[in-house]
Amino acid sequence: MLQFIVKRFASALLVMFAISVLVFLIFFATPGVDPAARIAGRNADPATLAQVRHSFGLDRPMPIRYLLMMRHLLIDRDLESFVNRGSRVIPQIVQATPVTLSLVIGAALIWMTAGIIMGTAAAALRGRAADPLIMLVGVVGVSLPAYWLGEVVNLITQKQLHSSVFSWVPPPGYVGLDHPGQWALHLLFPWLTLALLYAGIYARLLRGEVVGALNEDYVRTARAKGLSERRILIRHALRCSLIPIVSLFGLDFGALVGGAALLTEVVFGLPGIGKLTFDALQNLDLPVIMGTVLYAAFFVVLANALVDILYARLDPRARHA
Amino acid sequence: MGQVSTAAPELATVEARRSPGPWRTAGADLLHNRSALAAAVVLFLVVLATLCAPLYAHHIAHTDPFQSHVSGTTVVDGKTVPVLTPSSTGLGLGVTPIGPTWDPAHYFLGADNQGRDVMARLLYGGRTSLFIGFTAALLTCALGTVVGVVAGYAGGVVDAVISRVLDVIWAFPVYLLAICLSVVLLTDGLHLGPLTVEAGSLWLPVAIIAAIYVPYIARPLRGQVLVLRNKEYIQAAVGSGAPTVRILRREVLPNVLPTAIVFVPLMTALAMLTESALSFLSVGVQPPDASWGTIIEDGLGLLYTRPAVTIAPGLLIALTTAALNVLGDGVRDALDPGARLRGGV
Amino acid sequence: MPDQPLLDVRDLRVSFRTRRGSVTVVDGLSFSVAPGEILGVVGESGSGKSVSMLAVLRLLTSPNVTVEGEVRFRGRDLLALPDKDMRAVRGREIAMVFQDPMTALTPVYTVGWQIAEQIRAHEKVSRKEAHARAVGLLSDVGIPDAASRANAYPHEFSGGMRQRAVIAMALSCGPALLIADEPTTALDVTVQAQILDLMRELNTEGSAVVLITHDMGVISQIADRVLVMYGGRAAEEGPRRAVFHGPRHPYTWGLLDSVPRVGGPRLRRLPTIAGMPVAPGDLPEGCAFAPRCRLRHEQCAERPQLRDFAGSAHRDACWLPDDDRAALRLTARAAATDVPDLEREATP
Repeated sequence: MLQFIVKRFASALLVMFAISVLVFLIFFATPGVDPAARIAGRNADPATLAQVRHSFGLDRPMPIRYLLMMRHLLIDRDLESFVNRGSRVIPQIVQATPVTLSLVIGAALIWMTAGIIMGTAAAALRGRAADPLIMLVGVVGVSLPAYWLGEVVNLITQKQLHSSVFSWVPPPGYVGLDHPGQWALHLLFPWLTLALLYAGIYARLLRGEVVGALNEDYVRTARAKGLSERRILIRHALRCSLIPIVSLFGLDFGALVGGAALLTEVVFGLPGIGKLTFDALQNLDLPVIMGTVLYAAFFVVLANALVDILYARLDPRARHA
Repeated sequence: MGQVSTAAPELATVEARRSPGPWRTAGADLLHNRSALAAAVVLFLVVLATLCAPLYAHHIAHTDPFQSHVSGTTVVDGKTVPVLTPSSTGLGLGVTPIGPTWDPAHYFLGADNQGRDVMARLLYGGRTSLFIGFTAALLTCALGTVVGVVAGYAGGVVDAVISRVLDVIWAFPVYLLAICLSVVLLTDGLHLGPLTVEAGSLWLPVAIIAAIYVPYIARPLRGQVLVLRNKEYIQAAVGSGAPTVRILRREVLPNVLPTAIVFVPLMTALAMLTESALSFLSVGVQPPDASWGTIIEDGLGLLYTRPAVTIAPGLLIALTTAALNVLGDGVRDALDPGARLRGGV
Repeated sequence: MPDQPLLDVRDLRVSFRTRRGSVTVVDGLSFSVAPGEILGVVGESGSGKSVSMLAVLRLLTSPNVTVEGEVRFRGRDLLALPDKDMRAVRGREIAMVFQDPMTALTPVYTVGWQIAEQIRAHEKVSRKEAHARAVGLLSDVGIPDAASRANAYPHEFSGGMRQRAVIAMALSCGPALLIADEPTTALDVTVQAQILDLMRELNTEGSAVVLITHDMGVISQIADRVLVMYGGRAAEEGPRRAVFHGPRHPYTWGLLDSVPRVGGPRLRRLPTIAGMPVAPGDLPEGCAFAPRCRLRHEQCAERPQLRDFAGSAHRDACWLPDDDRAALRLTARAAATDVPDLEREATP
């Protein structure tokens, strides 16, 4: 097991490296305009451009450029935004991280619970009226644009019904964990919005897995053993179906913490990583974008590594592979 | 007991039953799937409506949806009213466009903050969204199939390299990847050898979306090909010295094609959602083109005063992608029940 | 019949609802199993042998399946039993072993856990006690070092070991009847023999066994009685010796003749049964085997019933004259081995 963990983290490092190279290539090696102009942002003056060129070694070979960028990011940690002069990238990311984590962890708890219940129920009730109904909710969840749903939620809770049903809903924004009640209240609708989408995806997926598992030989064996349908469904079919779900969860969770929740953050005014990326996009503030993207890569890779270890716990067949 | 004619043995009286073939069966399955049929009808209607966009704009609404009408007027209940009214609240900078009149000839769904007819823009925007979604999906599925088949069949170093690259892209949040690419490419367009895509072109989001989803198709197909390659009939074909290209065309491709086809509608839904998100973030479709995503972005500032500008395109996206997903599920159940496309937002 | 049968199946009908209408898979099947006997059920794939056994245990859970008839086990009609009582029968009084041991066990639990689970489903015993019994059972079916192997996962067992584990599980509550659905088909020949020994051993301890197989060889080694099925119906039924030495139904002839013999005369060509097994949807009105039968005649358009032969326990469903069967069999065999001219010329 220990060897497995060490190996897993070694390969995680490798993926990190690959992603950083990929990002580097996107920003510095795509044909087109002078990368210095990209980094310096819109309408930069010649002095800034010269400074950027020097600081990122744009007159030097590619590998050196890559190393310089990495040094700015990881060792000196002095990557600066050229659009908002003087604001450093790393502290901004550090500040935004708890917001994103709050949003994503809460939403993940809700969507996994809802998704597992919906998917299992639909599979168990297949052939009856409840199954297509549950799956319809799932399809709706999968098909709604996240940001649009957030806006409609805002419209309802902040305007249309704000004077009646939803008078308790605070204005969009984020309150730190030092006021847990307010924290949860502010995050409630963002959680639900984000969770609705993923609950739909996971319910659909899990239903397919559980239906497949219920047709497996081992379920027939379990029935022949005289076990109750409930036990067969949960201890056998669901237990085996969770294995592929968990690996997908790792990918999605990592991606969301890494900034894929940016649409939800933007719509609900949550100053997380996604919002930071979005604001940087509006100004084409490349250093910030580079910083957030590499931060994203870090979380994605970390989440994947953790999930692989969890996967090995869930699936005995994976332990010796 | 009656007489028995033992002398004449009746041989070969049994014909082999001819099965209707996998494509036929799948088609029949699909035709019996009521929800898939309903979804197909919805899709057809949406496509038809967007195809009629010029008809509506020129002959019913008499408006150019790409021109701002800041000082225009229109007729509501026989009275002439301005399309844009300066905001009474705030600092006087904003404007409040006319709301839905429910009169097809005069701003059916109201106007946006530049006085453009929302209904006409929706129809034109739908064309863009559907075009990008469908072409990107086709491109992804084609590219993904090629990459997956090559990696799976070639094996060895080729497979290792392709697989690692796919893994990296697969693990990375697609939106961030799309955003990075868009930011870089929007300034100057894409120049890749003889291929040139202008910065404002619709092909840019198509190319970006098609590129980022390649692993979604290539990974599962590679897995399929790996299994296929060890099947006896492929081994037999290899052993009998059949040329690789022929094995790929005759044996491998027909086996992975159903999966690739299953992915097309599901991928179209995913591509449309991605396009709308990118456009909403203003790194997708660029003005003067409109898509459902850009219309939602236009409506952002008017959310509390004229929610129709935001709600209508969102509902259309939801309706179209839901129909695509239901249709895709139907196609999947008919062709390849095991196929799974990684969903995600 | 001297004893009251343990299992008595009367006029069992199983049909599946499909898009093209209802398809009958088991069509009026009747048979019985006496306590302590081994009944071998043979037939080609699709003859309805597995489905009928699944129907007996009510393991056909698809809503598109209808099961009719009567399944009396120790006098109670299983088809009319409430779910809860049925669960108490499954695994405790009637156990079932399936064909493919590779997929019969849940991959994520240890073998010992899965055996203990069955014990605990039927008896009030502690977890520890159940585990100890599981270890004992594994050791009984010949798994070496059972105490540590009980904590291994199914994928860590070989195919034969897995089938042993599945049998150990089936035996865990001392069932009166074991239904084994092709338990040796997926295994090596040497392992097959071991598993059959295990079944025989179990039988000497008092359990009745229904052994489903398409392998006449297996039946000849182990069965007391034989039931031959074709197209969801019984074609022939009788004591093993009678069926093997004096087979009466043309389908049984085909089955027996298509087994290659080590000692017999050398054949140019192994006789086969012409045509394809009948598909459940295409069952003819009359005899199901008629389209493939070389001796069919007008009467075969009418469906034959199982009739006994000269008052013995040997019964068959065929319109051919009772006395003449051995000669007719030779005629049919000659036709089946008749090599086409081209082939004959090619052979020197």
